[in-house]
Amino acid sequence: MGRIGNLFERKKDSILSIYFTAGFPELTSTLPIMKALQKFGADMIELGIPYSDPLADGPVIQASGSKAIANGMTIPKLLDQLRGFRTEIGLPTLMMGYLNPIIQFGFEKFCKAISGLGIDGLIIPDLPLHEFEEYFETLIKKFELDFVFLVTPETPDNRLLKLDGLSSGFLYAVSSSSITGRDKNFDSVENYVKRLKELKLRNPIMVGFGVKDRETFSSAAKYANGAIVGTAFVNQLGKSDNVEEATRVFMQNIR
Amino acid sequence: MISKSFRLNKGTYTQPNIFGYYGNFGGAFIPEMLHRNVEELRENYINIIYDHSFQEEYKSLLKNYVGRPSPLYFAKRISAHYRSKIYLKREDLNHTGAHKINNAIGQVLLANRLGKRRIIAETGAGQHGVATATVCALMGLECVVFMGVKDIERQAPNVARMRMLGATVVPATSGSQTLKDATNEAIRDWINNPDDTHYVIGSVVGPHPYPDMVARFQSIISEEVRQQLFEQTGSELPNLVVACVGGGSNAAGIFYHFLDEPSVELVAVEAAGLGIRSGKSAATTKLGTTGILHGSKSLVMQTEDGQVVEPHSISAGLDYPGIGPMHAHLFESGRAKFLSATDDEALQSALELTRLEGIIPALESAHALAALNQLQLRDDQVLVLCLSGRGDKDLDTYMKTLK
Repeated sequence: MGRIGNLFERKKDSILSIYFTAGFPELTSTLPIMKALQKFGADMIELGIPYSDPLADGPVIQASGSKAIANGMTIPKLLDQLRGFRTEIGLPTLMMGYLNPIIQFGFEKFCKAISGLGIDGLIIPDLPLHEFEEYFETLIKKFELDFVFLVTPETPDNRLLKLDGLSSGFLYAVSSSSITGRDKNFDSVENYVKRLKELKLRNPIMVGFGVKDRETFSSAAKYANGAIVGTAFVNQLGKSDNVEEATRVFMQNIR
Repeated sequence: MISKSFRLNKGTYTQPNIFGYYGNFGGAFIPEMLHRNVEELRENYINIIYDHSFQEEYKSLLKNYVGRPSPLYFAKRISAHYRSKIYLKREDLNHTGAHKINNAIGQVLLANRLGKRRIIAETGAGQHGVATATVCALMGLECVVFMGVKDIERQAPNVARMRMLGATVVPATSGSQTLKDATNEAIRDWINNPDDTHYVIGSVVGPHPYPDMVARFQSIISEEVRQQLFEQTGSELPNLVVACVGGGSNAAGIFYHFLDEPSVELVAVEAAGLGIRSGKSAATTKLGTTGILHGSKSLVMQTEDGQVVEPHSISAGLDYPGIGPMHAHLFESGRAKFLSATDDEALQSALELTRLEGIIPALESAHALAALNQLQLRDDQVLVLCLSGRGDKDLDTYMKTLK
């Protein structure tokens, strides 16, 4: 079992996973942010690969990606920065990115490289089920990476079961059909997660999209195994010139 | 259950396979949040479009509201100038001034049948936005159009028309602030409004089934050309068909019924901007590589790191860093020849058509005209050119050139 599996084995609820865009606010912020997240109590890290046209993300994450690209962040640079990161970072770490930059780098080469560095899994929101089964699944498995699918309240049960069957690590439950960084009414999340639980899925459930503070985190984490925060953290990073301090303040406000 | 053997069927020139592939291009690379809506379309579009009552309503609006069939005009003076027989398919004479209305009517009728009450669209030159706003006014539906900030500036008359028609024009402020980003914003709006909204994509781009659906709605252009050419020349088949390509909807429409006629040479003309090697271009087949943009795999202008680059064309409708998967396949297979015309060449050809034939073309269509200089034409050859839109929206740009 990998680091992600171990985390869910050890901890059943209130797991906090934090997303940030690699190369933002500075090109070299990647490792300092990861260290700060570990120091101030995050459970898991989602490292975003910047992309010019992130369809599933809102303006905050798109702007952070544009800044990161302008800062010079590329996949080869990011892999360079991650060399040896496992000597300092023990947290389960996934990479989240859109398919295009990864296939330009070379999908197999990418999987091999990140697996070698100690990255645990992948989230690629625009990699559809059909293409995954047709081609990508074999490569992801070959390098023993977890792959996390997104599901939404509109995903029908039979498709949910299918996506759950193909996911490993956890299932990413988008709290309502929405891009990242939108305000949410969390009352419906309770029913949604209850429905997911009743399906007796094989994967733990992490709720994402719209989780931004203590209140939304605790309501999202109440029924699921935990929650994923992205936009609110990226916002905080953008407002400060000290990423460690920004992370400390942010973590204090969410737990 | 769909068998994997369907993948063996690589699709044809006209129709993608079951997963939306034309050869190596197409598919539906969409986040799960869009799955339900795109799947709903995929399951229903063929049945709805070919339903008898749909066809009746669609054809009746095309005839009585749009003014179809649009004329196929033998352009004598241009023909003499280029020593060939040049026929112009006058899509500029359609209601709202371009071919875009063919698709807008089709998709809004389809959305109506799916019970959607809110229509969103992206627009570059504003022609697709105006067409969509027009049909929404006609049907009494809410309409929101996303348009890049830069395009709002350079296509002001179309912005005014959309507003008068009751549409909300939302400026796309991200990225290059043109068509690519307007499309991103429209897709995000659809993700955020999954229940009541239909996204009317204006070109043969986007996830399957959009490229196929838009091509089918635009195929009326070549359906008419075959009949009109027969009436005027005694043969349904020309020697050449020429159209400009941004995303490629007018080209898809005028190519469609000639794709399986090997004797007909198909010529697609891209926008070279300031020149192919200038760094300010939108000629995707010259500068692009295989990538994923707006939900389909196609040729995309991008950096080696897979970041989509900002294209340039004087024509807002061609200022797009990709082409539809059907066209990528036509390019890769060699079925269509791809040429390009610069900003200046397009401007000169627009002026030339205006002075020789009394027709002011849209800047987009002027790129197709500019290709006449690059073709080795003979006087016994029949050439059909898609005059996709009229030039009223571009008068500001034209006036600057005349000075």
